[in-house]
Amino acid sequence: MSTTDTYEPSIAQSKGELLDSGEREYMLDVRTQDMEVNMGPQHPATHGVMRVLIRCDGELVTGAQPHLGYLHRCAEKIGENVEWLQYLPYTDRYDYLAAMNNNLGYSMAVEALMGIEIPRRAMMLRTICAELNRIGSHLIAIGTYGLDIGAITPFLYMFREREWMMALFEKICGARLTYSYIRIGGVFNDAPPGWLSEVEAFCDTFEVKWKEYYDLLMQNHIFVQRTANIGVISREMALDFGLTGPMLRGSNIDWDLRRDTPYELYDEIWKDKAFEIPLASGEKGTLGDTWDRAWVRVMEMMESIKIVRWCLDKVEPGPIIAEIPKTLRIPPGEAYVGIENPRGELGHYVVSDGGKIAVRCRVRGPSFANLAVLEELMPGTLLADAIAIIGSTDIVVGETDR
Amino acid sequence: MLSVAQSTESGLKESFGTNAVQDFLIGIKPEFVPAWAIPLTAIGVGMGIVLAIVALLTMFSTWLERKVSGHIQCRYGPMRVGWHGWLQPLADGVKLLLKEDLVPLGADRVLFVMAPALVLASLLGAMAAFPLTGAFYFANFELGIFMILAMTSTTTIGVVMAGWSSNSKWSLYGAMREAAQVVAYEIPLGISLLVPIMVAGSFNLIEVSNGQGGGFGIFNWYIWPWVNPFMLPAFLLFFVAILAETKRAPFDLPEAESELVAGFMTEYSGIRWSFFFMEEYAAMFLYCAVGSFFFFGGFESPLSSLAEGMAGTGSVLHQLAQGATIILKGFAGIFLMMWLRWTLPRVRIDQVMTMGYKYLTPLALVCVLGAGVWEALIAPLWR
Repeated sequence: MSTTDTYEPSIAQSKGELLDSGEREYMLDVRTQDMEVNMGPQHPATHGVMRVLIRCDGELVTGAQPHLGYLHRCAEKIGENVEWLQYLPYTDRYDYLAAMNNNLGYSMAVEALMGIEIPRRAMMLRTICAELNRIGSHLIAIGTYGLDIGAITPFLYMFREREWMMALFEKICGARLTYSYIRIGGVFNDAPPGWLSEVEAFCDTFEVKWKEYYDLLMQNHIFVQRTANIGVISREMALDFGLTGPMLRGSNIDWDLRRDTPYELYDEIWKDKAFEIPLASGEKGTLGDTWDRAWVRVMEMMESIKIVRWCLDKVEPGPIIAEIPKTLRIPPGEAYVGIENPRGELGHYVVSDGGKIAVRCRVRGPSFANLAVLEELMPGTLLADAIAIIGSTDIVVGETDR
Repeated sequence: MLSVAQSTESGLKESFGTNAVQDFLIGIKPEFVPAWAIPLTAIGVGMGIVLAIVALLTMFSTWLERKVSGHIQCRYGPMRVGWHGWLQPLADGVKLLLKEDLVPLGADRVLFVMAPALVLASLLGAMAAFPLTGAFYFANFELGIFMILAMTSTTTIGVVMAGWSSNSKWSLYGAMREAAQVVAYEIPLGISLLVPIMVAGSFNLIEVSNGQGGGFGIFNWYIWPWVNPFMLPAFLLFFVAILAETKRAPFDLPEAESELVAGFMTEYSGIRWSFFFMEEYAAMFLYCAVGSFFFFGGFESPLSSLAEGMAGTGSVLHQLAQGATIILKGFAGIFLMMWLRWTLPRVRIDQVMTMGYKYLTPLALVCVLGAGVWEALIAPLWR
């Protein structure tokens, strides 16, 4: 797909044509002005309150600039003012579609400072919940992506399955969106009786339904026409912009923190060959187009199911939380832990001076880093493609703004 | 139902032309009523009937849309207002009427207020040429399909007016898309309709329908390949074109909600907004009914041929069967359009244009050529 240098109508028109006599002839006596359109903060396709300032020449986008900050809630500053455990509910709220993963990232960063051993059952439950939440998050990503393209029904089908997933979470921790389930040292609550077999039933059903999404949306001819060859991110560009997660694997770069910086049980799972890392191959168009990114997400849902099944196979009774005091005093030091969030690398950098409160609590949000690529991708596309590109970055504004 | 009004004063009838309502009024005219009052009353009554039909069709269609979308999406749709929510459109209508009448500050007030009225008026004008039965119609135009196509394409002007006068960038985009799309798809729409018109030899909807009579009311429909093998491709082209004309998915670009917020309707609310809504659903029914007139037998169905056999041509029972047939066929088409809407994603504007100009128009021309050759050279061999 073309970028800025291939089409610049306003410049081309103002130059006119150089004649033999040395004069310039202005062939076009009608000069049009580019229109600036505010897409957002209240717009159905910006996934929350993001605002993209788009410069348009008719339907053609000649420039785009994302504006952030409409959902800024000082998450990091709050982290430096409340106790270690009290910050946990705030982590739910930045990437509200993958709260389990956020809990996990923060807990792991604090645990790294404490240097404590997590019970095996707790790690199993953490992995099951994080992967189920990944499925839920990808369901929203693909569903709303379909919605951006104009396919409304797959969105509701995906919500049907997500609803089940949320019901499972409700049973284990009482919340449906902001769980605070994964705690420092383990998990908050043991799985209620029968919960694990319910998860298994969910996996069985999901595998059937997954095929439905794949056929109905991903293989739909109009969907492919709308998404293939649009918003192409080359391998170099993906590395240059520091993309992570499905955005990176959509450009065929083999990088997944679950395997490459193994944490929790992922090392064991990977060595058991229980899951693979789907890499886009440019199947429907160019490598790194929006279809590829959506495809990676769809395939990852299946891999998550495999991981959950592995855990269900191996899970044993045991303690679910390490022995930790009620008021945490973390030994001085600093730690950075990056985990594979559904959207990419979610990093937590925490510094402790030995007190009850963190000195620094920095969050590296994947959506925020992935968003930077928008400005580069959008010029030269049509307005409808701009929507498709925003959707394919799968941003959660709560996390870009924090 | 009005065919009982066999003219008692043939002089009156001849001087004002044919119109079922007028025939009926002439039949019951008391002595003291002057002759010039008849056509005026007929127009008033006819307009009222057309408006009532449009309103009823729209209400039923909106209910159907919700139910169809609900069941496709594993939901129930409206269930609270009446049995399975059948009174929901009425409740919505009341809500829309009670809403505040908003005109944006920067809008061109005159055009803004006029646009929805123009849209609905042109659709009502098109409905005037739509016969509900073989003898119950507002006006039996010799060039009926011309009237319908001309009037429905006038709605575009209203949409462009709405988009321009709203003084909103999204509305402007919607209006420009609508203009481009309708211009591109009017051509294949008109050309693909030429195929059945050629076979029928008439522009009159009732005559086209009568031309498909016999064969148990089903085997002489123009769509069958033994009538003309170019009819089926022509129908497919026609169907794609009416999807674009009525702004239905996958061609709902003028109001693409994920791109343009609500397109040309962004700034409208309340009853004005509902005028656009009514126009959309009435246009859907009208186009589907036109499609069934020209491809699927019109009034002809096993039901209406049974009624004709039982009670005679033009009898009340026959006309009821005719009306039921055309409404059922229209709603079958509407159901298909809804099914597509809730299944398919939206195409992009350049794809819409490419499809219209590069594929549909040439294909429609090929269909007309083929059908013409078939009618002139091959069909006479056994007809």
